[in-house]
Amino acid sequence: MMPALLEVEDLRVEFPTRRGLLTALDGISFAIDPGEVLGVVGESGAGKSMTGAAIIGLLEPPGRIAAGQVRLAGRRIDTLPYEEMRKIRGREIGAIFQDPLTTLNPLYRIGDQLIETMQTHLGVNAAEARRRAIEWLELVGIPAAAQRVDSYPHEFSGGMRQRVVIALALCAEPKLIVADEPTTALDVSIQAQVITLLKRLAREKGTAMMLVTHDMGVIAEAADRVAVMYAGRIAEIGPVREVVRHPKHPYSVGLMASIPPLDRRVERLAQIEGAMPRLSAIPPGCPFNPRCPYAFGRCRTERPELLETGATRAACWLYDAASERHVAGARAHG
Amino acid sequence: MFAFIISRILQALPVMLVVALISFAMFAYVGDPVSIMLGQDYTEAQRAALVAELGLDQPFFVQFARFVGNALQGEFGLSYRLSRPVAQLIAERAPATLELAFCAAALALLVGVPMGVYTGLYRNAWLSRFFLTFSLIGVSLPTFLIGILLILVFSVWLGWLPSFGRGDVVDLGWWSTGLLTWSGIKALILPSITLGLFQLTLIMRLVRAEMLEVLRTDYIKFARARGLPNRAVHFGHALKNTLVPVITIAGLQLGGIIAFAIVTETVFQWPGMGLLFIQSVGAADIPVMAAYLLLIALVFVTINLIVDLLYYAVDPRIRSGFGAARGGH
Ligand SMILES: Nc1ncnc2c1ncn2[C@@H]1O[C@H](COP(=O)(O)OP(=O)(O)OP(=O)(O)O)[C@@H](O)[C@H]1O
Ligand code: SF4
Ligand SMILES: [Mg+2]
Repeated sequence: MMPALLEVEDLRVEFPTRRGLLTALDGISFAIDPGEVLGVVGESGAGKSMTGAAIIGLLEPPGRIAAGQVRLAGRRIDTLPYEEMRKIRGREIGAIFQDPLTTLNPLYRIGDQLIETMQTHLGVNAAEARRRAIEWLELVGIPAAAQRVDSYPHEFSGGMRQRVVIALALCAEPKLIVADEPTTALDVSIQAQVITLLKRLAREKGTAMMLVTHDMGVIAEAADRVAVMYAGRIAEIGPVREVVRHPKHPYSVGLMASIPPLDRRVERLAQIEGAMPRLSAIPPGCPFNPRCPYAFGRCRTERPELLETGATRAACWLYDAASERHVAGARAHG
Repeated sequence: MFAFIISRILQALPVMLVVALISFAMFAYVGDPVSIMLGQDYTEAQRAALVAELGLDQPFFVQFARFVGNALQGEFGLSYRLSRPVAQLIAERAPATLELAFCAAALALLVGVPMGVYTGLYRNAWLSRFFLTFSLIGVSLPTFLIGILLILVFSVWLGWLPSFGRGDVVDLGWWSTGLLTWSGIKALILPSITLGLFQLTLIMRLVRAEMLEVLRTDYIKFARARGLPNRAVHFGHALKNTLVPVITIAGLQLGGIIAFAIVTETVFQWPGMGLLFIQSVGAADIPVMAAYLLLIALVFVTINLIVDLLYYAVDPRIRSGFGAARGGH
């Protein structure tokens, strides 16, 4: 078995604020293998973007990693000095942001943005970098790349700009891409094209990816495994088919039910009642317990860790041997 | 590019015409030039002759057209006070003012921009706090007070720098400069600081605010996520994006520096146009005042044009926007 490319272990991110310490991420653990695509889903505010920012070392102050580790190919990277981490960003971990209209510097030609990235990381000369810039633009499907290389971002449509962003994220050939909702801001009609492109390039280059999205269609299409996040924690993680078709955690069950069935019928549950708690008001025990239809005594006091459920792992007491009684009841529902 | 310049010049024309009209109105209706020029003793015939000679019996539009025509040739008549051609008076005084304004503007930009960048990047450093506190002085103290304080400290107490005048100037024929002699340069220091301090602090605060704004944008985060060195992110990607607003304000402020050199020139008895203007106001020397007004308007319009051209150079969106407008899309 190959060693994991990215290992996140017990990651905890805190924000000191005037009203006290907020814990935005708490005990996040997962791994991504070389070439693997991990989908990350969850309601707005669950901490998906925060996880990505912590991995690339760009948490916004005063946010900081308070505990845990991030390792890239076995090397610990969360404690690196800024300058060391800078060399990893772009070169070993690429990033794609949500809104292509604001991600590109409006005053720089797109070719120059590509060239500076490659010159920073690959030590190639200007002519070679320019040649490769054109090549990358062709690769991401920009027509007439040799002319368009000297265009400014505002001369491109949103979809084309996101292709440029993809080229920028990939041009120094990183082993991992953190893509934070890469299609959310795009026109529905081109979302699929961009996802297909991203998936194809990642496969061709052997690049692993952490793919944050709200779109279960994107997950089903592109991800190998999927992590469901809730209130700064991972609720469930496992192979995409299992999590989408046979979710185990009650929150995943609700989340999958709120989307139209994919290729196979999933039994529909009612929408989950209530809203995700604010960071300042996360309940003790299982953070999902106020909204959970199966909550029982233990859920309100003890926090569940990720537990084996068979094909997936879920942070839910229903899957603890000690609460076997309740599991029987809940499984009758599920 | 050429069409862009032409369109901007066409836009500036009405402004200049309005200012010319005001100038002319001063000429024609403030005071009575004829009695000023004739003095106490004159006959009706002398008076009528002078009125005819000055063209004051002509219709308004004819007079105005002549005024504009003369102004275009730099012809503003004789100063009532000094009985010398106004154009000549101004040409003599302009180098002093322009040199002072140039030094003040250079000081404001060369010190204000780096200070703004620094305070924007290192928000919480003690030096940033010091700069910000210091900038409050520049914004809140009136210019004349700053000038007087500087004179008190550096001329009266320390005796390092002169408190008035230009020092020794070198005459280059069409221009007299104080930049070529040591005493000329020393004489420039205090007035330049006095004149430029307000602009310096303004530019610093503006650059700081713009930097803070720009550093929060996605493209800066993305530049960091691509692993670009801080130097490239801060002084390339960020600073370049703060330039458009900074150019606007800096341009307008430069106009302001020239126009409001009046106070500084008075405090330091600087032999420039501002001092000339103040002396002319005291003597109701209308031709000089009118010419000065027109000149200042011309300075503002020119600076505006340059600011527009700089925009055009900095921001590709303006370039293509104008291209599209010209292409009739
Ligand atoms: N500067 C900050 N100070 C305090 N809390 C913050 C700060 N930035 C983000 N948060 C909080 O951290 C939590 C996680 O935010 P994050 O942006 O990771 O959510 P997300 O899952 O990406 O949501 P979305 O789907 O809306 O992008 C949210 O509750 C958010 O309010
Ligand atoms: S631990 Fe309890 S409250 Fe939390 S999801 Fe499982 S059953 Fe629901
Ligand atoms: Mg997000």
